[in-house]
Amino acid sequence: MNEIIQIKNLVKRFPVGKDFFTALHNINLTFGQGEFAGFTGPSGSGKTTLLNIIGSLDNPSEGSCTVMGQDVAKLSNREAALLRNQHIGFIFQTYNLLPVYTVFENVEFALLLQNMTASERKKAVMEALDWVGLTDKVKSRPNMLSGGESQRVAIARSMVKKPEIVLADEPTANLDSNNSHHILQTMKKLNEELNVTFLFATHDEKVMKYLRRIVSLEDGKVISDRITE
Amino acid sequence: MIAFKLAYRNLMGAGLRTFLNVSVLSFAFVLIIFYNGMMDGWHRESRTDTIAMEAGQGQLWHPALDLYDPLTLQDAHAVLDSKVQFLVKSGQLTPILITPATAYPQGRMEAIMLKGIDPSQTILDLPSANLLKTGGCYGMVGTRAAKNMKLKVGDHLLVRWRDINGTFDAREITIANVFQSNVATVDNGQIWLPIDTLRAMTTMPDQATLLVASKTYPGGNLGEWKWKNLKFLLSDLDNIVKAKKAGGTILQMLLLFIALLAIFDTQVLSIFRRQKEIGTYIALGMTRRQVVGIFTVEGAAHSVLAALLGALWGIPLMLFIGHTGINFGMDDIGIAMRSVIYPYYSMGLIVSTTVIVILAATIVSYIPARRIAKMKPTDALKGKLQ
Repeated sequence: MNEIIQIKNLVKRFPVGKDFFTALHNINLTFGQGEFAGFTGPSGSGKTTLLNIIGSLDNPSEGSCTVMGQDVAKLSNREAALLRNQHIGFIFQTYNLLPVYTVFENVEFALLLQNMTASERKKAVMEALDWVGLTDKVKSRPNMLSGGESQRVAIARSMVKKPEIVLADEPTANLDSNNSHHILQTMKKLNEELNVTFLFATHDEKVMKYLRRIVSLEDGKVISDRITE
Repeated sequence: MIAFKLAYRNLMGAGLRTFLNVSVLSFAFVLIIFYNGMMDGWHRESRTDTIAMEAGQGQLWHPALDLYDPLTLQDAHAVLDSKVQFLVKSGQLTPILITPATAYPQGRMEAIMLKGIDPSQTILDLPSANLLKTGGCYGMVGTRAAKNMKLKVGDHLLVRWRDINGTFDAREITIANVFQSNVATVDNGQIWLPIDTLRAMTTMPDQATLLVASKTYPGGNLGEWKWKNLKFLLSDLDNIVKAKKAGGTILQMLLLFIALLAIFDTQVLSIFRRQKEIGTYIALGMTRRQVVGIFTVEGAAHSVLAALLGALWGIPLMLFIGHTGINFGMDDIGIAMRSVIYPYYSMGLIVSTTVIVILAATIVSYIPARRIAKMKPTDALKGKLQ
């Protein structure tokens, strides 16, 4: 399997007053193309921190994190933005949809940063909304959507540019059981059909049931890394 | 393009807050244009009137003349040589003789200037033809002088002056005409007489204090006569308008400052409240600079909306005032000013005001937006920043 994420001896510290809090201790992991994996563990175990570093939203204090062949610690702001724009999609717990945009425009937003024509964008957006079953909501605003629908829009937004990696931080935390399963089935389907790597940060049992690989974290350390299938 | 689209959506989404900000800014916008339009209107009218009634297209002064020092008038006169006489006869110049004098209206004593003018001249827009009367000494005064000395047509006024030798003489002048003038300096404390009459009274035959030029006179010194162009002659008026404009600018800037403060405040609040949105932009692949650009454009868009709103209510209002003018009812303030002033809105004024307001709004929008460049996207996504 083609390795697209390589984490070597990664340490992350945060300043706390005059001291430092070590959120991640010496992490070594690799993820290949098409994985459906997740970081699990209690709050404060370092799941989101690790996801942020992989997503080039944060830098490691020590060690390296190479994503799509690029060491995120060595990227400039512009290069990191380009990496996120072209290769990484994000799904957040609170959906983070732009409230003033319609569903169509929210999904289209990620493509506006790429040099695509309007007709190409429209085709891609409609395709992404079709994946998540929301083609009838193109003109709706986020405040007119349910939680499940909002998260499906977020999935469509993350998938519309066909990234190699999708990072999902507690994507089901605000959803009921039915919606959670629906969302996870959608993501699983996209993973299988488009060979997109999905990485989750979660402590939701429902999510864990879908994961093919579970990396358990505790106090910033990997305590287990197991394949579930 | 994304920035403009987002700015438009966010401003519309903010509803009342946007409306209030835009309203205040549009008020500042219209007021700045209106105030400067009034000043420019006054300036244009006053320059036109001063040129028509006093300055002509320039003047030739006796070298000893200093209009700020009345004592120089005693010596500031000379005989017009043949060359000057020729230019006077050909209509290129008209002579003015000025003598300080004292008038005694209704027993009071009033320091005045006697000004001699050729009754048949056409260079200055003064009703000098009214002085073409025989059988007495006729003079004319402006409405300000008439009001001050309580004079009307047909009244007799005793004046006393000194002739070329310094000898006092006195006579009665009959007021032949009271004329309306917007230029106080051809009116206040002045009595206009036929130049030949004044020459005879002062025993200064063929003499003048200054010569007013018509458009046909090419300009430049003429023998001992010193050329004073319009820039010099209108400098007092220009400086007064400039000073008035500068005084008004302080008020305008204050108003603009308040409007911009509202935008600044909105921007600070907006950046604080929309941290997650900022984090999302970055996560979606925008650089921090692009996000700063979005927020700056959004703040600056207030000024564009203000210009549109200002145009909506300001253009009809300004057109109406441009048609009716504003009656200030001040005809004796000492400087050239019509009682009704019509504002003049030049393209330069509108464009420069628009540019200043948009630029200022952009700057005050950019200042708080710079903070985004220092934000950690992970903190922004959590909405943790204080």
